[in-house]
Amino acid sequence: MVLDVRGIQVVRENRRVIHDLSFSASRGECLALMGPSGSGKTTVLRAIAGLDPFTTGAVIVVDVQLTGGRIPHHVARRLHRRVGMVFQFHHLFAHMTALQNVWLAPVHVYGEPRGEAEARARRLLEKVGVGHRGEAFPHQLSGGEAQRVAIARALAVNPPLLLMDEPTASLDPARRGDLAATLHELTRDGTTVVISTHDADFARQCAARVLLLEDGRIRPTT
Amino acid sequence: MKDAGRFAGLVVLVWLGAVPAVAQEPSETLRWGGDAEGGAPFVEADPNDPTRLVGFEVEIAQLLSNGLGRTPRFVQVGFTSLDAAAVRGDFDVGLSGIEDSPARRARLAVTIPYYEFREILTVREADAARYRTLADLRGRRVATLGSTLAYDLLIEAQGRHGVLPVTYEDDVHPYSDLALGRVDAVLLDDVLAERGVRRNPGLFNQPTSVGVGYYVGILAPANTQLRDRINEILREAMRDGRLEAIFRRWNMWDQHQPALYARLTNQTTELPPPQTTAQLTTWEAARRYLPALLNAAVITVVLSSLSMMLAIVVGVLIASGRVYGPAALRAVLTAWVEIIRGTPLLLQLFVLYFGLATVVQLPAFLAALIGLGLNYGAYESEIYRSALEAVPRGQLDAARTLGFNDRQTLLLVRGPQAFRLALAPMTNDFVALLKDSSLVSVITVVELTKQTSIFAANIGSWLVPGLMCAAMYLMLSLPLARLARRIERTWQRA
Repeated sequence: MVLDVRGIQVVRENRRVIHDLSFSASRGECLALMGPSGSGKTTVLRAIAGLDPFTTGAVIVVDVQLTGGRIPHHVARRLHRRVGMVFQFHHLFAHMTALQNVWLAPVHVYGEPRGEAEARARRLLEKVGVGHRGEAFPHQLSGGEAQRVAIARALAVNPPLLLMDEPTASLDPARRGDLAATLHELTRDGTTVVISTHDADFARQCAARVLLLEDGRIRPTT
Repeated sequence: MKDAGRFAGLVVLVWLGAVPAVAQEPSETLRWGGDAEGGAPFVEADPNDPTRLVGFEVEIAQLLSNGLGRTPRFVQVGFTSLDAAAVRGDFDVGLSGIEDSPARRARLAVTIPYYEFREILTVREADAARYRTLADLRGRRVATLGSTLAYDLLIEAQGRHGVLPVTYEDDVHPYSDLALGRVDAVLLDDVLAERGVRRNPGLFNQPTSVGVGYYVGILAPANTQLRDRINEILREAMRDGRLEAIFRRWNMWDQHQPALYARLTNQTTELPPPQTTAQLTTWEAARRYLPALLNAAVITVVLSSLSMMLAIVVGVLIASGRVYGPAALRAVLTAWVEIIRGTPLLLQLFVLYFGLATVVQLPAFLAALIGLGLNYGAYESEIYRSALEAVPRGQLDAARTLGFNDRQTLLLVRGPQAFRLALAPMTNDFVALLKDSSLVSVITVVELTKQTSIFAANIGSWLVPGLMCAAMYLMLSLPLARLARRIERTWQRA
């Protein structure tokens, strides 16, 4: 099991937004969390990525276990090696080129030699189809290109789990097909992918399993 | 908009009402200008009743008013602005230990002298045998007031004997700094020297005088009629002993005064020739002062650049502490920023240089650098703090999911992006600092504005020196603004 979410609850401003949520995902699986806006999809992804704390329950990513509350620094460090995240608005570092965005963490967080990291970053950009945009700054990229760079950046530390928040939000139908192909390739290579989306077609196209989320609960499939 | 129009109308009405009120000052009043900061024996607030002024100038103003059948009314004017205020007509006559000089005679209506003073060299008692004359002070710092006869004498001695003139804005700190060892001698009027020695134990006045000068009254150049009336009153008071009585009351009467009064009352000669450097044409003076102005501009640039570097370091530290530090540190840093921003830079410079002198004697340039650096550091910190907080949350989230710790996020992601946001206001601050550096002249650093003011005082006009000074400031600030715009454009492209 790569991801195991066990009965987590998230409370925001005295309001429970995630209720006793449990699910899991195995190696090489693509899982979609589907639901309308405000159903809690992004909140769940942020809790798994260690960005926002949950109050009770546990999240286990490979061999790293998060329990409720503040995450200790050493746990966060191990977690981020295992989870990559692609945000809805990508959040590429605005002052760096696409290539720099990709090799920054391997060099500065994991001490990889700059030359090796840069060569690998180029290969990753090639793999997701934006090898020719390595020297471009984020504001010079289209929505689809920025998303691909963000995927390459998240994959640069070889995480077994990739989280993607609303990946189709900024894509036209042709680009959605490309993205689905990329995700298939990733899962085939053994990466587990969890996406949040309200796009049912895309969810069915790329995910082996779809969980329906409503008001912070998983809706039983009928 | 309607309110704004109404307000503007009100302002115009008030102004129109105020102008005739000033112009139609009742002729029974004699407005006399002086600088009460000059202190006793000239003009100062009575220690027993600070609403009342005392000093020999106050008594001379009363004497003149009696002679003219008017009531004296004091007008406070900074010592270095007295000439300009006389030309503007801010007062009828200026009396404030004002020295006779060719520049004043050329530009103003000047009365006959009413007091003859000696320029006296004051040294520490231990140096009394070593430093008898200016020639003994080669390579030594000698303090004086800017734009005075003593300053001219020091500039001459700089060329001839290699003394190092240090100018002050007031006549109290030269003596306290002499006592502290910051300077090796002071050259000023015997009146000030006597007071300096009285107030600072351990100082000694050399008996030989270095030069002779005269105190005069100054009036607007067109006001020769009143000047002539005042001259008559002064001559009469010299004859009947009223002036002598005034100077005796202030312990200033000496053997030189009867001779001066005799010359002035027995002859029709208007004035004894003042001892000072020859009068130059404005353009000749501009040519001669240009190297000094360029040197002063270098001091302005070096001081401003070093201060800005210090301000940036201080600003970054304070901003980081306020964004990342614990609550107690944040409270301390907030208080520091508010104290620095809430008090005048001038006051901070005074405290650093003069206030702390008994604890630590900072050299003037270092005190100026620290004062400007700390002051601007507080402003910079606010720019950096708001720039740090303006970096989008998503950028920080992305850094966290990639495994960066707080320090790495600050150095690699948040800091560089904040720096771009801060660059434009930083450039503005640097240009402002370049101009604010003129304030350091109060702690004896002669920078561009101070040098210009000395130049202007010596030639009796601000026009050419002011234009030269403005041109130099523009030559310094315009390229800076251009450079900043270029960097901003480059980064926007990036």
